[in-house]
Amino acid sequence: MRRNLFNGWLNSILTLVSLALIILMLRPLVSWVFTGAEWAVIPANWNLLMRGSYPAEEVWRLWLSLYLLAAVAGLAWAAWGKSINATMIVTFAVPLILMLLPWLSMTARVNLAIMFAVAVVTFVLTRYIPLKPRIRIAVIALIVYFPLIILIIRGFDFSVQMPLVPSSLWGGLLLSLLLSVVGIVFSFPLGVLLALGRQSKLPAIKMLSVIYIEFIRGVPLISLLFMGQVMLQLFLPVGTPPIDRVLRAMVAIVLFSAAYSAENVRAGLQSIPKGQYEAAHALGLSNFQSMTRIILPQAITAVIPVLVGQFIGLFKDTSLVALVGLLDLLGIARSILGNPNWLGTQKEVYVVVALIYWVFSYAMSHASRQVEAATSVGEH
Amino acid sequence: MSENQMANQASNEPIIVCRDVHKWYGNFHVLHGIDLDVGTGEVIVIAGPSGSGKSTFIRCINRLEEHQKGDIIVDGIELTHDVRNIEAIRRETGMVFQQFNLFPHLTVMQNITLAPIQVRKKKKQEAEERAMQLLERVGIPEQAEKYPGQLSGGQQQRVAIARALAMEPKIMLFDEPTSALDPEMIKEVLDVMIELAESGITMLVVTHEMGFARAVANRVCMFDEGVIVEEADPETFFLHPKHERTKLFLSQIL
Repeated sequence: MRRNLFNGWLNSILTLVSLALIILMLRPLVSWVFTGAEWAVIPANWNLLMRGSYPAEEVWRLWLSLYLLAAVAGLAWAAWGKSINATMIVTFAVPLILMLLPWLSMTARVNLAIMFAVAVVTFVLTRYIPLKPRIRIAVIALIVYFPLIILIIRGFDFSVQMPLVPSSLWGGLLLSLLLSVVGIVFSFPLGVLLALGRQSKLPAIKMLSVIYIEFIRGVPLISLLFMGQVMLQLFLPVGTPPIDRVLRAMVAIVLFSAAYSAENVRAGLQSIPKGQYEAAHALGLSNFQSMTRIILPQAITAVIPVLVGQFIGLFKDTSLVALVGLLDLLGIARSILGNPNWLGTQKEVYVVVALIYWVFSYAMSHASRQVEAATSVGEH
Repeated sequence: MSENQMANQASNEPIIVCRDVHKWYGNFHVLHGIDLDVGTGEVIVIAGPSGSGKSTFIRCINRLEEHQKGDIIVDGIELTHDVRNIEAIRRETGMVFQQFNLFPHLTVMQNITLAPIQVRKKKKQEAEERAMQLLERVGIPEQAEKYPGQLSGGQQQRVAIARALAMEPKIMLFDEPTSALDPEMIKEVLDVMIELAESGITMLVVTHEMGFARAVANRVCMFDEGVIVEEADPETFFLHPKHERTKLFLSQIL
């Protein structure tokens, strides 16, 4: 500390001045947090912030999705072990930490405890499976997880146990996360196809890809969202039943994000030396095999940090749907503030919303560094 | 062509036939009509100054480069735009590159077994057994589970040779296999190539290693400005070169 902050009179003065500034700025913040702020608004609206108007009698489905998430986390730790130890200890601690939130109901606490238990039990049990199939199961679980929870959360028209919960009732953090997950899961493969299309030797495919990418990159996301919400219905033939508004937002986000994924993947493709294509072809691999076995794995690994950066941006951009009237985390916050009971609590609500966005963004960025470290094995 | 010559050709049937092969890069005429027959089991060294088209020529044989005029027939299959023909020829020819071009995201073992499993549809276990035999043949069985980035240049090039051999090709093409190596590693690669040449596989080798040419080549071809200016057995080539260009080239590199 002495060497970093006080090595010479100039640095000592700078350190003291900065310290004084920090204290000067932190004091009002700290005193606001502990004395000035009306925190009652957060516990009172906690359920709204978390899940919007998702019906209380179906909330067990959200918990079920979280149990499954815990199981996937336990399986992942069992599969990838040491390299992700630090991350997984923190991940496992999350439900326990959340139990400390003073305003949570007893049911929520029990459910969090079950989550923790599920994670630990999966971790312990799956370690009995031999390593290779264990890793395979973990990969499959990761891929299947997101479509599966979307089905669970949405439910089915015909089902009595799991009746349909229309997406107009999805809200809060739940909606923000679903928009992001759908955006990432669907835009990425579409982006890979567009990137390949842009490199295609067939002029028609190449031109269509270029036009699509450049058009989408040339307009802001909010304009696509407005087009989806306001104008789409005007273009459809008269009498077409209105399309679900959340679905329209999802499609806009997917289409938007795909163009950016495409450019990032293209950067990865261009970083692969020509010799890799030549070696693959010289061995007799077909174009498809060279792409899927040799080129894409390397290209995508090379751009993981960029892609994760893009996905973090996408997660935060989903807050734009609040402007077209959907009740995501930000939209719910705005509607809470519109309630006369909670007048004047903007600071409290927005600080908490920002904190929630930060926690998720930071978690993603941390996870990307782990993946990077794990996939760079054997490179120079 | 006399009857005698025809009979001679039939007995040692050429596995590669090149007739009047031309190639242009845009306006630049790289290959000016190459004629070359390669007999089964023959080892041919292709020498010549850089820019003479020798690399381009052997890269035409497995269609990494496209020739615009003339015929190339490999193992009875004519090289045309037909993808099936191209893939068939590539299955019969292995290639070793100057820059090794191993797949950095795969282990040595996966590098070698990928094509046999994907292209030849071999069983994984069978492919891995064969890969271990090949790694023993090139002298590095202990490196099987490492990644290419963890090996020296000479070891990488030997893996590349094993990878090409795993497809059990009838022909091996070498494109300056030792040019990117540190001097002390050249020998370990050349030893593998000499052993390979003696095993009877057909080889086309673009190289500046004249020691290799003397030791195992059946013929040496001298390329200059896109034509074969001289073609002879190594003894004649090195001791009694006819063409001025060859004499100059030999005086520069020997």
